[in-house]
Amino acid sequence: MDFSPFFISIKTALLATAITFFLGLFAARLVVKIKHGKGLLDGIFTLPMVLPPTVVGFFLILIFGKNSYVGILLSQINVTVMFSWAATVISATVVSFPLMYRTTRGAFEQIDMDMVYAARTLGMSERKIFWRILLPISWPGVAAGTVLSFARALGEFGATIMIAGNIPGRTQTISTAIYTAVQSGDRATAYQWTGIIIAISFSAMIMLNYWSNYQSKIISRCAKK
Amino acid sequence: MKNRSKNVVAILTAVALSLAMLSACGNPSTAQSQTSSSAIVSESTQSSDTTVSSTQSTESTELVISAAASLTDVLKELSATYATKEPNVKLTFTFGASGALQTQIEEGAPSDIFMSAAQKQMDGLDKKALLLDGTRKNLLVNKVVLITPKGNTKSIKSFADVNTGKVGKIALGEPKAVPAGQYAEEIFTYLKCLKEVKAKAVYGSDVRQVLTWVESGDVDCGIVYATDAATSSKIDVVAEAPTGSHQPVVYPVAVLKSSKNAVAAKAFLDFLSTDEAKKSFEKFGFQMS
Repeated sequence: MDFSPFFISIKTALLATAITFFLGLFAARLVVKIKHGKGLLDGIFTLPMVLPPTVVGFFLILIFGKNSYVGILLSQINVTVMFSWAATVISATVVSFPLMYRTTRGAFEQIDMDMVYAARTLGMSERKIFWRILLPISWPGVAAGTVLSFARALGEFGATIMIAGNIPGRTQTISTAIYTAVQSGDRATAYQWTGIIIAISFSAMIMLNYWSNYQSKIISRCAKK
Repeated sequence: MKNRSKNVVAILTAVALSLAMLSACGNPSTAQSQTSSSAIVSESTQSSDTTVSSTQSTESTELVISAAASLTDVLKELSATYATKEPNVKLTFTFGASGALQTQIEEGAPSDIFMSAAQKQMDGLDKKALLLDGTRKNLLVNKVVLITPKGNTKSIKSFADVNTGKVGKIALGEPKAVPAGQYAEEIFTYLKCLKEVKAKAVYGSDVRQVLTWVESGDVDCGIVYATDAATSSKIDVVAEAPTGSHQPVVYPVAVLKSSKNAVAAKAFLDFLSTDEAKKSFEKFGFQMS
């Protein structure tokens, strides 16, 4: 059995999660902070989650295809995004981003603003407040968002097959490997990959649950003190 | 308490960062290993070339082939055969639905060859002048067949039998989206019993689903391609569609105008028309056009 889809999927999901982690954090902070246009921005950020992945993929093709400004720009420096490994990361990032953004935003909004005000009166800079106060307090939510994003990135199919194609050993992820196996009537391979992806996603979710239990224990213990 | 939570934050940030770095580093290193492995491949072919014929070009070319998903198995086999003939040509396939492949090519996917499961998608590229002149040809023909669960206990023998009491349920592809479903409708229109058959029809979202339903015995019969039927041992093929009852199912192929390896691409298409390739195609249920 060719295990390249496994490594491609894992690598893609890890890098996409890392990118989406920071993008999601800053998007969430931005939306919580601004006063006008919250709804509009939130809508845009959430769109990749509610649109069918094939639509997202189609948009990505239009953005990175040769007929767009981005595509023309990239072709001048000899970069082809379509059918490349980078394309799997791009699509996984785009579809996992809303999960990170929404979960983090929820965590940020539950923060007791008095702490932030207190920090401000004590002269802490906004950046420091974000890293030293906002983020630590919302860690359980942020961690949950990260794990959800990872699971989503790992399972990404629709957008990936549109822009990254389905090239074995290069852009074929576990999801597209399952598609190929089913299309060619290869049940055994389809079952194997299905088992593998369920195992990974399930253990990620279990880890998340234990982690948040552990977190709330710590928090309640600290509160008692 | 403050220290502990600080530590947790520090550790998590470190983990996230190291993950980011690890995967960021992972990319170039795999790219490197890929190039190095392809270097090994070309080296080994080089050495074999020098022993066989020293005049042959040793540069390895890569052909990217966008192929309809139904060609997956047969192309894997043919790819292995071709590797022994042209070791300097690396075949890279991307499999998908013909319509999606068409869109990708229109938007500049770096493909050399398009192998479509229907004329419509090829026509689309032809209209946009994306095909290399004179390279388009009809390579394969697929047959539309009537299948029953293994054993055929209801002794269904022909397409006409579908309009009898023998058949309670028939699985068809959703005609709006699935070409096999459109062909089925054409056949029953030809047999003048479309309305009656529609009342018994269960629609699948693709041909594979139709096959699965017949395999499991959930329906009495179904209509699929001969190539799909060839992949399953749990069904019986009881009839081929009457000649002239539907549009021919043709798989056209062509080299794309944007191909940088047009010569190698043409050579591969020529190989697909040889007797050797024909054997593989027929093994998987296709017929040569």
